[in-house]
Amino acid sequence: MATLVELDGVSKRFGATLAIDALSAVVKGGEVTGIVGPDGAGKTTLLRLIDGLLRADAGKITVCGRNAATEAAAIHTVAGYMPQRFGLYEDLTVHENLTLYADLRGVVAAERARAFTRLLGFTKLEPFQKRLAGQLSGGMKQKLGLACTLIRKPELLLLDEPGVGVDPISRRELWAMVYELVDQGIGIVWSTSYLDEAERCGNVIVLNEGKLLYQGTPGALTSRAAGRSFLVTEAGEGRRKLLSHAMTLPEIADGVIQGRGIRLVVAEGEAAPTAASLGVAEEVSVWPVAPRFEDAFVALLGAKATHQSALAGVRHAGERDAIVVAANALTKRYGSFTAADHISFAIKRGEIFGLLGPNGAGKSTTFKMMCGLLRPTSGTTSVAGIDLYRAGSAGRARIGYMAQKFSLYGDLSVRQNLAFFAGVYGLKGERRAAAIARMIATFALTPYLEADSGSLPLGFKQRLALACAIMHEPDVLFLDEPTSGVDPLTRREFWAHINATVERGVTVMVTTHFMDEAEYCDRVALVYRGRVIAEGSPDDLKASVATGETQEPTLEDAFIALVDADESRLAS
Amino acid sequence: MWQRIAHLIRKELLAVWRDRKSRMVLIGPPLLQLVVFSFAITQEVRNLDIAVLNQDLGVDSRELVARFAASPYFRTVGALRGMAEIGPALDSRDVIAVVQIGSDFSRSLAAGNAAPVQILLDGRRSNAAQIVQGYALTIVDSFNADLSERHGHKPPARSLVARAWFNPNLESLWSTVPSLMVILTMLVGVIVTALSVARERELGTFEQLLVSPLRPIEILIGKTVPALIIGLGEGTAILLAAVLAFRVPFTGSLPLLYAGMVLYLAAVIGVGLFISSLVATQQQAVLGAFTFMAPAMLLSGFATPVENMPDWLQMLTLGDPARFFLVIVKGIFLKDMPASEVAQSLWPMLLIAVATLSGATWFFRRRLQ
Amino acid sequence: MNPATHSGRARRIGGLIRKETLQILRDPSAMVIAGILPLLLLFLFGYGVSLDLRQVALCLVVEQPNAETGSLAASFANSRYFTLESGRDRRQCDADLVAGRLKGVVVVAADFAARASRGDAAPIQVIVDGSDPNTAGLVQNYIQGVFGNWLRQQQIASAAPAPAQVSLVPRLWYNPSIESRNFLLPGLVVVIMALIGTLLTALVVAREWERGTMEALMSTPIGIAELLIGKLVPYFVLGMAAMAISVATAVFVFAVPYRGSVAALLLVSSVFLASMLALGLLISTLARNQFVASQIALIGAFLPAFLLSGLIFEISSMPLPIRLLTNLLPARYFVPAMQTLFLVGDVGAVLVPSTLSMAAIAAVLFAATARNTRTRLD
Repeated sequence: MATLVELDGVSKRFGATLAIDALSAVVKGGEVTGIVGPDGAGKTTLLRLIDGLLRADAGKITVCGRNAATEAAAIHTVAGYMPQRFGLYEDLTVHENLTLYADLRGVVAAERARAFTRLLGFTKLEPFQKRLAGQLSGGMKQKLGLACTLIRKPELLLLDEPGVGVDPISRRELWAMVYELVDQGIGIVWSTSYLDEAERCGNVIVLNEGKLLYQGTPGALTSRAAGRSFLVTEAGEGRRKLLSHAMTLPEIADGVIQGRGIRLVVAEGEAAPTAASLGVAEEVSVWPVAPRFEDAFVALLGAKATHQSALAGVRHAGERDAIVVAANALTKRYGSFTAADHISFAIKRGEIFGLLGPNGAGKSTTFKMMCGLLRPTSGTTSVAGIDLYRAGSAGRARIGYMAQKFSLYGDLSVRQNLAFFAGVYGLKGERRAAAIARMIATFALTPYLEADSGSLPLGFKQRLALACAIMHEPDVLFLDEPTSGVDPLTRREFWAHINATVERGVTVMVTTHFMDEAEYCDRVALVYRGRVIAEGSPDDLKASVATGETQEPTLEDAFIALVDADESRLAS
Repeated sequence: MWQRIAHLIRKELLAVWRDRKSRMVLIGPPLLQLVVFSFAITQEVRNLDIAVLNQDLGVDSRELVARFAASPYFRTVGALRGMAEIGPALDSRDVIAVVQIGSDFSRSLAAGNAAPVQILLDGRRSNAAQIVQGYALTIVDSFNADLSERHGHKPPARSLVARAWFNPNLESLWSTVPSLMVILTMLVGVIVTALSVARERELGTFEQLLVSPLRPIEILIGKTVPALIIGLGEGTAILLAAVLAFRVPFTGSLPLLYAGMVLYLAAVIGVGLFISSLVATQQQAVLGAFTFMAPAMLLSGFATPVENMPDWLQMLTLGDPARFFLVIVKGIFLKDMPASEVAQSLWPMLLIAVATLSGATWFFRRRLQ
Repeated sequence: MNPATHSGRARRIGGLIRKETLQILRDPSAMVIAGILPLLLLFLFGYGVSLDLRQVALCLVVEQPNAETGSLAASFANSRYFTLESGRDRRQCDADLVAGRLKGVVVVAADFAARASRGDAAPIQVIVDGSDPNTAGLVQNYIQGVFGNWLRQQQIASAAPAPAQVSLVPRLWYNPSIESRNFLLPGLVVVIMALIGTLLTALVVAREWERGTMEALMSTPIGIAELLIGKLVPYFVLGMAAMAISVATAVFVFAVPYRGSVAALLLVSSVFLASMLALGLLISTLARNQFVASQIALIGAFLPAFLLSGLIFEISSMPLPIRLLTNLLPARYFVPAMQTLFLVGDVGAVLVPSTLSMAAIAAVLFAATARNTRTRLD
């Protein structure tokens, strides 16, 4: 296939930071090229450079035979670009958004009618033409954004993190659409920090701090980690402790929790781990497994996530099996619409419980009712024995809450944020000073104490948010999509801290539509159309959908299969 | 509870102080406005141009014209040559007034008759025009007095001797600067509170507060007190500037002024909180604040006296806290207003403050359901 | 230029205009600025805000009443400007003056009649409340007027030989009944147009930056000039509509005379609106954030249009630096132009220099905007 983009020694600097550093790479037509890297790697900058929206400081960019520095206007006629928030006007309807972009791209008359029919069918947005874009779900917004860039069939399509904030079902549909475009010969550039997405690309450009680390097929990179990945099962309840111990060993390069077991990657040239090498007495079984792109990626970045959390150490002596959080027939109606319909579940002490579901399924509504932010229409909640909506102040002092995204006071320094939350949660005098000091030590915040928390690197923001949520030693911790859009390294570090918190007897409830996060849960409930359609451990859910065809389904496969099954049950 | 509120207040003050945008809004505009408007908002009329059409050939008319020319009120006094020039001179705004002396002026005077002098004024600037008319009248009166004396008449026994109390020279600044204290503290009080909740909603920190042990009423107190502190700070800065830089006399009781300021701020902060409980974004908060402040400013009597308004509108001004604080500020600055009089304006503000704050609390709680 | 690219450009601009119009119609905050606020201001100004004194509370203290002071009191009581109280002792009035319940006190001393009849100086003391200097000045003038009339009547009544006197006969041209609204409402149109032109435009462009839609627009074949035109046209129409509604309200509801031509009104206000739109665009390209944009727009456009345009406060009375500053404000030219169009007519000597000045300011602002609207994102 023809080369569409050629980058030759491209550099771009913003103030003191070098966003792109002497980068050379190519993008070909008829395949998906992934731009992969952790947060701040320079992915968005690179896309903007290719589209001629930014001018490179050095080097040359050729896009479809045109110079990006001087012929940006010409590039805009042949390339489509979807920015991070899809570039939609939320106060315009689906049809009006399409009409605008058709006008801008000069698609008229019969050609326009054909394009609309084609795209509305392609994106399945036909029934929603009159709906305001702001009222679409994340997945539908993204499809509309894509449709707007496809009004005139481009030669090159640039997509900036299209998978963020989108549930697995919409993501799968998006990939199907993208493959269809690839078959038509369009070249697609897809930036992402999700590595399962990178695996689906024909070609990847791996970036870190503006430097090119790798370009080639994802398979070739993955194969570098061949023979080094192992699944350690039967670790049972102790898997979190085992993982945290394993990560201290020099021969282990990476590790994550996967269902009931842990998945380890050994360093290059090291032998498979054994019960002895992992230092555990009980019998464990170690299975070699196929390497994943993620294994190779983490190795390539050469950064081993610290799974050691200073939070470790048992505090709560409470009964392990006591039910700490419970929902009984929780229902929320808005007029005739039922957002949550008789949702019930129970969470034991020291458990991580996940609320999964596609966008708009009712998991956020349920979550808000649990934390007492929303009054249920009927049904009851109980958190550490109290109904948070009615309990008031004393009850809320026993929970910790970490909202989606970074929601601390960005203008306050790290120390001021800690002091504020300590005060609001009623910590006084020495206890307060001790709690703040402990959080600073635990999360290694010392170098940033006086910095504005809004200016911290993402990993430190996550740490600070967590520190503020657990400083008062809550019984229950609520997490709302805590690592959505976060790169794998930051995510590993975050979960290491959560694991340590749980080891201390804290109960965690988390909402997510991100499957890597769900893997960390002891149990998950899948919410769809306001009801719980499946509940169990991630492995249970996977097993429930295993067929002859898919022996080892991923959690994402399970998610989609269960939702599909519910859908067809409803239809029949 | 008080400890939690104290932490919220501390956080709020820090957030305002550390955010560059908030600092800009709180320090820049009030300072700029204080300086520019103190000088710009003047109802004195100076540097105006007038013209004279003198069709009389006598000595008396020349004498009168000379008096106009010598007057310090007018910058230039041009001479017109004919009636046809009057229209264009006024139409084009070259002059604000034309003094026209008829051809039989001297003859009439000599015959002992009244001699009319016309002054034609530009009604597009009616306000300034009326003041010019006053100046002209003064000039003519003194001319008449001298004329009578020259003709051997005694000066008229009955005369008016006018004095202005509280501000003998009718200095504009003495009135404008204290008034700006009313306007600018309102600006700060409303904007700070209206924006603070909206900002927390936009940033997502509001939910973080709601799941903390803070009760809604504590959040409200935590939002009210910082705005009060900032408003009092702003008021104090203006007070110092007024006394030290602008040399406005301060005759009354400082504690009474602060009592008024506290009640006034409480009332406008209630409005700010009310706005912030209605809106979702900072954008809407700014517009909401603006929609409240523009009429509140107009109805306060700051630009035009309340007494000039029709009765139904005067009734409406009773709901405007700025109207009452303006009376207190001017009274305490210039008139050494006694406590009994100040109280007359304090209790309406107290009522308004109770109404706005409890209304805001009610709405705030309702929004949380 | 070939016809194909030409029609492409027209279509792109048309598409943008349609989009912008739909957004205006759906945005409640735009409706507040363009709809509610102007009407609120118009009605407040039309009915309430008036510089004309009415019902000035005055206390006439007559220490020793007699026939002469009786006729003086009658003169004051008959004046439409005053509501009269009377007293016997000045000290009774002091507290009311401090409280602001009285705007002035006229004191006729006990020996007034005796001194006057002897021919000695018999002054009547007038005290006004100086805490509002403007009102104080006007009250002094009005009292002087009533006193002068009374004096003339007295002389006629007593048939004493009057000394030859010059009498001043004032004629207020263009606004003979001295209605504040006749000159305030035309000026208020300026404030309203400044708000719509600057605040709304600054906000909408800043919003596009904030929501990331600007990036999407820039990745299409649209040129920077097309983008600006697409933004300007809907707000131009909105501003002109607001102008038309305001003028119609002033003329038909508040009976303000309109003596100019419609063509002149359209021309002058178009030029003013263009300068305000250019200012709004410039602010939004510099600020890129709705909050900052709204603050700059309020400080840079609304307050000057209100306070530094000569609408309420005479520019010629301001100190020199501020007078010079006002020369840079389009509103400073538009206020007299509108007042002239309403009350006088098409006076070239006012309209032509005003229009040219505003056009020059608009041109400078547009040039600065074009320079600053970054075609790229860095």
